Amino acid sequence: MTTAGAGARPLAPAASALGGGSGGGGGSSGATGTPSARETRRRRRRHRSTEAAWAAFFLAPTALGLGVFYLWPVLQTFYYSFTTWGPFGGHTFTGLANYRALLHDPDLRSAFVNTLWYCLLGLAGIPIALVLAAVLARPGRRGVGFYRALLFLPVVTMPVAVAIVWRWLYAGDYGLINTLLGKIGIHGPYWISDQHTALIAVAVVGLWSGVGYTMVILMAGLESIPRQYYEAAQIDGAGPVRQFFALTLPLLSPSLFFVTVLSVIGTLQTFDLVYVLIGQTNPALPQTRSVVYLFYQDAFVDNNRGYAAAIAFVLLLVTVALTGFQFRLQKRWVHYA
Amino acid sequence: MRSRRGSIGAHTFLIAASIAMAGPFLWELLTSFKTLTEATRVPPTWLPPQWHGSNYRSVFDTVPFGDMLVNSVLNTLARTAAQLLFCSMAAYAFARLRFPGRSLLFGLFLSILLVPSQLLVIPQYQIVQSLHLLNSRTALFLPGMFSAFGTFLLRQFFLAMPAELEEAARLDGAGPLRIYWSVMLPLARPGLIALGILTMIWSWNDLLWPLVVNTDPHKMPLSAGLASLQGQFMTDYPVLMAGALMATVPVIVVFVVLQRRVIEGIALTGTKG
Repeated sequence: MTTAGAGARPLAPAASALGGGSGGGGGSSGATGTPSARETRRRRRRHRSTEAAWAAFFLAPTALGLGVFYLWPVLQTFYYSFTTWGPFGGHTFTGLANYRALLHDPDLRSAFVNTLWYCLLGLAGIPIALVLAAVLARPGRRGVGFYRALLFLPVVTMPVAVAIVWRWLYAGDYGLINTLLGKIGIHGPYWISDQHTALIAVAVVGLWSGVGYTMVILMAGLESIPRQYYEAAQIDGAGPVRQFFALTLPLLSPSLFFVTVLSVIGTLQTFDLVYVLIGQTNPALPQTRSVVYLFYQDAFVDNNRGYAAAIAFVLLLVTVALTGFQFRLQKRWVHYA
Repeated sequence: MRSRRGSIGAHTFLIAASIAMAGPFLWELLTSFKTLTEATRVPPTWLPPQWHGSNYRSVFDTVPFGDMLVNSVLNTLARTAAQLLFCSMAAYAFARLRFPGRSLLFGLFLSILLVPSQLLVIPQYQIVQSLHLLNSRTALFLPGMFSAFGTFLLRQFFLAMPAELEEAARLDGAGPLRIYWSVMLPLARPGLIALGILTMIWSWNDLLWPLVVNTDPHKMPLSAGLASLQGQFMTDYPVLMAGALMATVPVIVVFVVLQRRVIEGIALTGTKG
């Protein structure tokens, strides 16, 4: 019986015997006597190797898929960043040439400046989301579900569709925004083709479509703060302002930290909105181009893949640096209960 | 008295925020029923004087909208089904099985989470190219079937399961496959639902990857199709609005029906991920 079960295939009876062995006790079949020490060791070893075989089975699809489509491409991109591509797809190793060129590329510099602006303006959504969450998270507030759903709707809406609608709202002559501004005597600019307003216009749409997401996470954080804390604070005579700064803010800081990190990582990858909102031929394009937009142009429009790979790697470094910086800063303001 | 005034203030604020959020959708809907001349009238009119359904038909005449819809559905279903199965399998192995190199492998999985997906597009494109899958429906969902995020999310759920349940199942003679399928998966339902909904939404809306792998309009999903519609019809806004609405309606319907689950799922990733 033992020799038959030793195969790689975990047969049903063998598996049950193993289960009893690993459980440490006699198992369900109390009739069998205490096995010898050698027997137990052998069973345990066999159990461990079948467990490893099962692990391999469960992990195979994901490990293979992530290896081929995610891990290998990271290495590949790293290698490509040291190569220069010809017009027909061949590439030669040119060392640090791409990185040297990047240092003096005005397009890249402006794309990074723009992207950092998207990042900063994106962070402005967090206080707005906090106010919304705080107003909604009050116990007994009516219509919470309705408001929350409405505010969340832009999050699930396709970014391309969002951009198309906003292009229309931003239109110079017949756009809704300028019409409404006109009613109070303001003559609005051509928002997305004016070089001075285009970046802000894109950032506002990003903020509009992301604020619901931040709000939901902050609401979950607020709801996890025990009510009694506020009751105790009230008894001690703390007013609403004092309660907010002494209780809410510190207890919410882990959630605030989380949405800050996510917001920075997300806005560093701005692409869809610029691509659709500003389009290819708009005169304001250079003022709004993000790093990923530039990457896309180089990699798939100009077929300049080595250079694009170098851009992507610099973006990765910036992302890691900014995230690392936030984690360092975390010690100063984030309190874990 | 004070609290009532505060409440009125809060509701005014919330209503203003709701108008800002819902307004663009309403304007989109109204514009989609106008003619181009009506839509570009200065000053704009709110309601279309006559409701024209023709813009919705024009979308089908300008781009192969039906094909794109099918592509989007296939892409979304394939990615979601594959991720639910594969991620839960891997998550079970990481959370519940012992094997050599477990922490090293998990570390590798986690490191993928840090890498912006755009960084990987060039090699992913080349892999798809060398498999002769460019401009195919398979290309749309192939890399998206695997996810480090999903594995991580579900692993948290499996880790939280009580060991006694597993012991009991094992004593009854259940192997790992049985335990995974009949004990772990049913208990991890909230996690599976959250991952499923999030994957659906992100797959439906994804733009960069479809834009890169499929240039044939018949093989594009709606996101890339809309972007190309915009390229061809820079100024025909009523048609664009009709297309944008039709492309978003399925996700909005899913969201409205499963709203509570979607929001719980997001909150969950915020507290656990």
